Amino acid sequence: MPPARKRKVRLVAALSAAVVLACALVYTSLLGSSEVVTPSDLVTATAGTSYQLTGKVVNDSVRTTSDGVDFRVRDRDGSTSVPVTYSGAVPDPFREDREVIITVRKEGATFVGERDSLVTKCPSKFTEDATQRS
Amino acid sequence: MATVGRALLILALVVALYGIAVSIYGALRGRDDWIASGRRSVYAIAGLVTGAFAILEIAFLRSDFSFATVASHSSTTTPLFYKASAAWSSQEGSLLLWLWMLSLWSSLVLFLTRRQVRRVAPYATAVLLGFAAFFASLLVFKETPFGLLATVPAEGAGLNPLLRHPSMMTHPVMLYSGYTLFAIPFAFAIGALITRQVGAADWIRATRRFALAAWLFLGIGILLGARWSYVELGWGGYWAWDPVENASLLPWLTGTAFIHSIMIQEKRGMLKIWNVSLILATGILAILGTFLVRSGILDSIHAFGASTLGVPFVILIGVMTAGSIGLVLWRREALRSENRLDSLLSREAIFLLNNLVLVAMAFVVFWGTFWPLIAEALTGTRRALGPPWFDQYTVPLAIVLVLLSGIGPVIAWRKATASNARRNFLLPAVAALGLGVVLAIFGVASRPLALAMFVCGAFVVASVGQEFWRGVGVRRAMTGEGPLGALRSLVARNRRRYGGYLVHVGMALLFVGVAASSAFDNGRDVRLTPGQSVTTGGYDFTYTRATSEISATRSGLEKITFGAVVDVRRDGRHVVTLHPERGFYPSRDVAGLGPVGRFFEGEATSEIGLKAGVLRDIWTAMTPDIRKLLPTIKEGDRVFAAAAGKLPPELEGQALGTALNGIVDRYLADRPAATFRVITSPLVTWIWVGSIVVFLGGLIALWPGADTARRRVTARYAARVAQELGRA
Repeated sequence: MPPARKRKVRLVAALSAAVVLACALVYTSLLGSSEVVTPSDLVTATAGTSYQLTGKVVNDSVRTTSDGVDFRVRDRDGSTSVPVTYSGAVPDPFREDREVIITVRKEGATFVGERDSLVTKCPSKFTEDATQRS
Repeated sequence: MATVGRALLILALVVALYGIAVSIYGALRGRDDWIASGRRSVYAIAGLVTGAFAILEIAFLRSDFSFATVASHSSTTTPLFYKASAAWSSQEGSLLLWLWMLSLWSSLVLFLTRRQVRRVAPYATAVLLGFAAFFASLLVFKETPFGLLATVPAEGAGLNPLLRHPSMMTHPVMLYSGYTLFAIPFAFAIGALITRQVGAADWIRATRRFALAAWLFLGIGILLGARWSYVELGWGGYWAWDPVENASLLPWLTGTAFIHSIMIQEKRGMLKIWNVSLILATGILAILGTFLVRSGILDSIHAFGASTLGVPFVILIGVMTAGSIGLVLWRREALRSENRLDSLLSREAIFLLNNLVLVAMAFVVFWGTFWPLIAEALTGTRRALGPPWFDQYTVPLAIVLVLLSGIGPVIAWRKATASNARRNFLLPAVAALGLGVVLAIFGVASRPLALAMFVCGAFVVASVGQEFWRGVGVRRAMTGEGPLGALRSLVARNRRRYGGYLVHVGMALLFVGVAASSAFDNGRDVRLTPGQSVTTGGYDFTYTRATSEISATRSGLEKITFGAVVDVRRDGRHVVTLHPERGFYPSRDVAGLGPVGRFFEGEATSEIGLKAGVLRDIWTAMTPDIRKLLPTIKEGDRVFAAAAGKLPPELEGQALGTALNGIVDRYLADRPAATFRVITSPLVTWIWVGSIVVFLGGLIALWPGADTARRRVTARYAARVAQELGRA
């Protein structure tokens, strides 16, 4: 085979492989991902569907249970909140009014957190109050 | 002092802008004096920023709460070591650290290369000064570390307890060193493209060592973060595929590809476009990592909240990306390869394959990290991917990568013959497959991917070991040295090669540790009361008794710790006694909280119980159930509220101590229940051992070789002779 034709065949093969891999990547990404939502988005949540919920832990809502915590999560800049029941490892920085990310599924009126999916903002990154600066 | 600090930063910004202008002017006009002035601007910035950083450090060490950042990130009770490291726990402090690292590393590189790559260096200087100007302007206009408080508080908020870990001193410094060092080959690549000096001798040889240093520092920074997570955070893992973690991995992956593929350009004049593209991408990804932490564009546990730095970073990344693509397209003719690949069975081909795997990994990690934004663009809905998705792609790619790291060092350049392959691969392949069979017999075949990683890891260790064995044998035959002397001189004569081999062994050990601990760990979360047991991984964990302690510093009470004594046995035989604990620090926000309740409304940190072993780690963390104490805590707060203003301060402190002692005694008397996480995980230690081997190998490869030292002496000698001749 002439070198020019050989190069063309290689290019077509490489591009075809890249397209196939890209399609596989998109397909598995769509299949394996959870919708990122805030509490107000969960008003229309479907039972059994997995969501990645982000928001702030509502003050006075945390109740320690035998294998985890029950709490409410609210919008970052709003008051709409949803109840979450979670079992598994509770991160050390988990506290009221702190930002959390948790994978949940709707079960009845509450949202059940996936085991060990609760993460809390890294302590070096809490928003500080800069209002008093001169 | 704050005014001086702010003035130093403004001056650094002005000097950076001046340096950019004179460097470019000098390069265009061929004026060495202007070029030298541009280079000296970098040294000046290093001095100015060092001054600014010193002022901030002094403010932290003196607990000067007139500085807003000191008041919100330190306190008088923060230990001295952590006061020093608290300087970079804030957004503004970490930006200053970034600029400081950049200025120091840039100064070092420009000083060491001042007589090399003379045409490329001025443009590289301008690019480095451009980065310095960017970060200085952020610190001057957006996030100043020298902001002052209108009312100076008597006490600061303190450094978050979770950050009180020795890694706080090293992990950020290592990461930032890696990021800023990657800016250096990036800058030289830009200079090489502008001046059309794109050969290996033009820019790669001058900056190769710094790319390696960047790779090493970034890698060590990532691993220190993983270690911190494992021993400090109470979840038992070391990697979570969080966007910010991923962002640090991206430049490391492309940087790894770069330090391999430049060998092909140096040796054969090939892959010029690839190399320059890789380092440009690495530089952009390093900035992207910094951007992700500070923009809030993706939900990450490591991202700063309410940051306003997103737009400036997007502009910087946009300029870098557009400029890089434009320059590569402009110089595509000069970047043509001098040679072609002779055979798919050659070191060049294996290195190329290694590059493709690394770039594929980087692409997968990039895709998964940015998938929420991609999905939003495609479907209108933001979606996120979890660890299983990342694992399904990265695990097979990592196996191939480890296999290639065993083949690459021993396969011949240009074309491997059958006899060459037999000579180099037979023994390692037999050893690796033999180990695979043994492991399969012992049940490891139930996890085929882990088994494949063990086999590939063994292949790497065997092939590198064989290379060392042969090299030492040859040295001994040539010089008559003893085995250790021959090994030392073998490595000393070619540090880059043998340092690289050690890095490969270290990476193989690390990946074996990751594979074993991911595939064969056993963990359980269980609630126990004293005397109860749980079994996992063949070990019996018995909660023997509760412990408690009140810790005080010279400035007052620091924390209350509730812990457990856990007896671990296997087949009835005592293995170890572990002491997991949870420390409760008083809340920083005292409003509405009583003096007793304040201790239970603040941060709580886990101190894990760990027995690290060569074959297995036994890990525990505990969360005490303090619900029974709540009425007592409320009663304590009520009593203190009733006595408010009636007790002198010293008696109030004593009374608080007595009240807390009462709570501690009550806790112990109640035989309290606690929730335990117990994990037995094999070969975790090998992740850290592998990291140390990688670090040592990297240091060996970085260390100037005997030939480099000789060249430097010769150059100095030649300069002196020329000077003497000039005088004569």
